[in-house]
Amino acid sequence: MLFKVFPENALEILYDVLAPYPLVGPQAKGKDREDKDIFVFDYINSFAELRLDFPTTIHSVKKFLLPSRENLCTFNLFDGDWEKYVDFNIYKPHVFFGLHPCDINALNKLDKVLTGPVYPDPFYSSKRKNMFIIGVNCNPQSWCFCKSMGADTVYSGFDMFLTDLGDKYFVEILSATAYDILTQLPIADPSEADHRRFIELMDERNRNFVCQVDSSDLTKILDLEFQSPVWQEWGDRCMSCGSCASVCPTCYCYGVKEYVDLDLTTATKQRQLYSCNLIDFAMVAGGHNFRPDSPSRLKYRYYHKHRGFQEAYEEALCVGCGRCGQACLADITVPDVIDSVRRQKVPK
Amino acid sequence: MQKIRTYLGIEIKYPKTAFFELSSCEGCQLQILNKEATLLNFLDLVEIVNFREVMSNRSNDYEIAFVEGSVTRADEVTQLLEIRQQAKTLVALGSCACFGGVNQLKNRFQNLEWVKKEVYGNHPIETQEVRPLSDFVTVDFSIYGCPVKKEEVEEIVTNLVLGKSIEHPRYPVCMECTANGNICLFNLGEPCLGPVTRAGCDAWCPNNRMGCWGCRGPADDANLRQLQKIMDDHNIPRQAMFDRLECFGGFTSAMKEMDR
Repeated sequence: MLFKVFPENALEILYDVLAPYPLVGPQAKGKDREDKDIFVFDYINSFAELRLDFPTTIHSVKKFLLPSRENLCTFNLFDGDWEKYVDFNIYKPHVFFGLHPCDINALNKLDKVLTGPVYPDPFYSSKRKNMFIIGVNCNPQSWCFCKSMGADTVYSGFDMFLTDLGDKYFVEILSATAYDILTQLPIADPSEADHRRFIELMDERNRNFVCQVDSSDLTKILDLEFQSPVWQEWGDRCMSCGSCASVCPTCYCYGVKEYVDLDLTTATKQRQLYSCNLIDFAMVAGGHNFRPDSPSRLKYRYYHKHRGFQEAYEEALCVGCGRCGQACLADITVPDVIDSVRRQKVPK
Repeated sequence: MQKIRTYLGIEIKYPKTAFFELSSCEGCQLQILNKEATLLNFLDLVEIVNFREVMSNRSNDYEIAFVEGSVTRADEVTQLLEIRQQAKTLVALGSCACFGGVNQLKNRFQNLEWVKKEVYGNHPIETQEVRPLSDFVTVDFSIYGCPVKKEEVEEIVTNLVLGKSIEHPRYPVCMECTANGNICLFNLGEPCLGPVTRAGCDAWCPNNRMGCWGCRGPADDANLRQLQKIMDDHNIPRQAMFDRLECFGGFTSAMKEMDR
């Protein structure tokens, strides 16, 4: 990997070089009850809006690759005949400025499913291939357990990755495009002192991870505890509202529905992201529901993410960003659920 | 008179359709006329033979009847039974027709004679306990909301004309609200019934930073016990929650198992 540094104030030049493209980054969208900023990923229109000091965002960047609703194709209907039009819904390359390691790792996980050789998803892939990603290091929050999921650092899936050394940015370069862009900035090779500073900062960051999930032997433990009473307790709390899947950067399940327009001459095939916690997720033709009760649905969410996916891809379908637990009004968090399966005790 | 219309080569009939109102604000019917961009296409989808709010023609020859409003008088029961006898498909349009709506708030009072006197004084008026349509007739399907969402009505009527099945979302508003990227209103310190209310409105109120009042009634398997805990955890007074749950009548039976 290629490393460079550039002075703190050159960040705006980097922004200006990329500003002609649609640029998505973290921005403050409101205040919470404690008057703290709430951050989201959205289109950035000026450098001042870009807040790389953000702790985390309430939603991931998933909506730019897997929108909650997306038209897969449209139809023109004639007398007894029809024509189909397909649009991948991407018209310009997008810049993603300021993704944390967990969010880039989440994209890498989605890639395994949605750009794989067997059933690649052209709607996802076309957007994914037209992304320029600038990663940025984070400060761990009290609910982040990315370290337990092995998603606290990222080695691929970005163009450049920034770490704030105080007076300058330390940048890891992974693509030729990124290098070309950086030549427009006053870049320099990192000094020995910069190396030291970078390593010290990483050590300090590592010490700040407080939330943990013990994932050792987890697939086996989940297999053993399929009938555990803790699932009933968590299920009783669950609102079956799907908020966890909505905010999750790795949830990709969807349903497809066709809509005929009012004039009966055009129609749309649309996919809608769905959640395994929703009551009709496992309902099939004829009305049978394989998972009609919320404990079984919540359980399968964990079995997919931490057992099924682990066995298929040798990694969990979870980056430990903790957004699901933050979004859950019933306070159902991944660390608590996994811990309860180990200890057979649900915290009150 | 009307041109022959086909869908994928199959002739599609223009069903004769009538709109009626019982006790209501007629806002749901107004909502249907509101969206001008698609109004002509909508009016072209069915043959409207009865719609007091927009036309003076009257006919009792119809297949589909949309009935807005709740039943609060004896003559409304008679009218509703007549509509049921004529209509092949009877649709409850809006929260009043589905659950009693805002009107049913008066059912909270034990003494309805006192309510009548309080509201109307000595004015001679007949009014009884407010009931949804389904207490008197078989309702083929319901369109929820106060008011109904035009886009949803359009989709339902299109499916009805094409003979496709009509499905409502079974999950709560939260799913649509989070999909829209909203900040949770509980985070902003506001009560919201989104976690228990049936979706389909695209989180209309929360999108505008207004907590949900549950006009569409409960989602399938709504977890009201946990809602109570969520309200407590966010220091929202129980009464504020019950005011919302009671407002449109959709939660009346589900609330019986909650402790006050």
